Amino acid sequence: MLTWLGYFERFGKNFLRGAGVTLELTAVGLAIGFVLGLMLALARSYGPKWLQRAAAAYIAVFRGTPLLVQLFIIYYGLPELGIAFSQNVAAYLALGLNSAAYQAEYLRGSINAIGAAQMEAGRSIGLSKWQAIGYVILPQALRLALPSWSNEPISLLKTTAIVFLIAVQDLMAEGKRAATTTFDFVGIYLAVAVVYLVMVFALDALLKFLERKTKIPGMDIETRR
Amino acid sequence: MDFGQFLSYIASGTVYTVGVTLIALPAGLLIGTILALFYVYGGKAAARVMNLYSTIFRGIPPVVLLFILFFAVSKGINLSAFWAGSLSLGVVSSAYQMEIVRGALLSVSGDQLMAARAVGLSRMQAIRYVVLPQAVRLAIPPWSNEAAIVIKDSSLVYALGVPEILRRAQLIGASSQQYLLAYLSAAVIYFLLVSLTTRMLNHLEQKLSIPSNP
Amino acid sequence: MPKPILTIKNLTKTYGQNVIFQNLDLTVNEGDTIVIIGPSGTGKSTLLRCVNLLTRPNEGQIWLDDLEITAKGTDEDQVRQHIGMVFQNFLLFNHLTALGNVKLGLTRVKHLSDEEATEKALHELSRVGLADRADHYPGQLSGGQQQRVGIARALAMDPRVMLFDEPTSALDPELIGEVLEVMRKLALDGMTMLVVTHEMGFAREVADRIVFMEKGYIVEEGSPDEMFNHPKFDRTREFLWKITELYGKKEKEAE
Repeated sequence: MLTWLGYFERFGKNFLRGAGVTLELTAVGLAIGFVLGLMLALARSYGPKWLQRAAAAYIAVFRGTPLLVQLFIIYYGLPELGIAFSQNVAAYLALGLNSAAYQAEYLRGSINAIGAAQMEAGRSIGLSKWQAIGYVILPQALRLALPSWSNEPISLLKTTAIVFLIAVQDLMAEGKRAATTTFDFVGIYLAVAVVYLVMVFALDALLKFLERKTKIPGMDIETRR
Repeated sequence: MDFGQFLSYIASGTVYTVGVTLIALPAGLLIGTILALFYVYGGKAAARVMNLYSTIFRGIPPVVLLFILFFAVSKGINLSAFWAGSLSLGVVSSAYQMEIVRGALLSVSGDQLMAARAVGLSRMQAIRYVVLPQAVRLAIPPWSNEAAIVIKDSSLVYALGVPEILRRAQLIGASSQQYLLAYLSAAVIYFLLVSLTTRMLNHLEQKLSIPSNP
Repeated sequence: MPKPILTIKNLTKTYGQNVIFQNLDLTVNEGDTIVIIGPSGTGKSTLLRCVNLLTRPNEGQIWLDDLEITAKGTDEDQVRQHIGMVFQNFLLFNHLTALGNVKLGLTRVKHLSDEEATEKALHELSRVGLADRADHYPGQLSGGQQQRVGIARALAMDPRVMLFDEPTSALDPELIGEVLEVMRKLALDGMTMLVVTHEMGFAREVADRIVFMEKGYIVEEGSPDEMFNHPKFDRTREFLWKITELYGKKEKEAE
């Protein structure tokens, strides 16, 4: 136990540096995923038929294949077409493109929940379709999506732990390096797990706080799980 | 080497991918169901322990937990990477499956349990014959989602050296210098596996649905 | 000499600071139909739940025949077999057909063979006029039909006494009649029944005794004639006046 606690002292700096990279990956992935996810959700709900289908296909493909494979395609595969990224950029892209598919589904759920009636109400006062989306649907849909959407940052934070497999220097990579110097794989990865848990719990507390702050009285949506 | 050989080399990893999934998913279901029963019907102390299990195991990235369990198991018993990886993945999934089963048990209302007790069934009988059959049906849609996640997460055992789809794609990609084609092929196979599984479970859900006139 | 089937003495039930009822005494004799009336929230349903041991009273005793079922170490499941319960919102097992609902207790509690259980269950279903709906699931039945299956399910266990917890309150007005008709027939057949209901017509016509409960106490009990025509207490008169007035109106509207 003492040796184990000693790991935090010995590798504390490395773990912190790695955790910083992990949080960065989460933030960038989340941001890319949000922008792209919002576009996908709008395309899926309000675009012309072909665009709806394309968005649906994108979501199905990115949700239906392992992130690790997506990551390898981007990092190892695309250079064959002359498109090469650094490890970190490849990781940002893979996380963002993947998260977009999930975020699009959260947003689509709340856009559907707002329903056609609000659209009609917006159109009835003379707004164009896209004005109604911008001024009536989205302001409500974004707030409504928050409780289910708030799973995504945590889920994404945990997901980032695989990018060490393309040698991004995140928390897991620091763990792996520490493990190969001490040969105590179980002990080191347990220590790494503790650092992940602290980050997950902190993020969870932050999101719960934000959710309470932005809650509109009487507006709620049931979420599964 | 022609494309047929190329593809069939990668596709032969499907045996391992499916194998890992077919071990991890039922193992997780078994553990998850037992834990969920304790959670819901085992009293306050048990519920607290189960809640802790769930919070911690679902708070750790699957790959980290997989590594911890894999190395812990490998230290204790002499298991192949395939078995150690599959069982570890099962434990990872158990916490998620516990939440699925628990949710289903709780949404079959306490009223059903009460009605069963009123007929004279014991608590165990009431759970066995009245609550579980209904909970199973409710659990299928979220469980289908979890099944897809486990198939996708099975790619993590690539890092343990199990020659599953992704591993084989990497190997043949390296030898042929055609990484893009190799990984795209792997993606297609995973996609087919996930779609097929989801479709089968949808079918099961419809087959088991209880008739009603709306 | 009438033989008491259910004897309740000094029964008290509290939830924390909330006293649901206190020092309640009630006797139900063989073949009697006792109707409990009173405003909602006066502990009528809780009383039935206590009798079926679905909840435990804080004090007092309940006897079923000569057995004190509130005694420590009582086999609850054994007791419940002999007490049928019909719930306000039916509580049929959603995953089983009408036949399956009636059979479950027969096969799992009474350990009848499948054929015996089917035969018995069909018999009970025909008693409530639903033999032709045996293979329907609850979701395919009307509320009135579901409640009749609920009655058949309880009857199948050959209970000593049947408890009815507002069996028609959750039903649309046009479906109440078929359930009351089944209950009326049961009473005529000599079943011992303890019924919580707001159906005054049923109480007046079928009850051997009516018990008026308010705020956790039994205010008054007596024959329908005594209660409707010469109640001893003003509160009884007031309640009965209010409820017949209200329900009378509803009945007229329904016509």
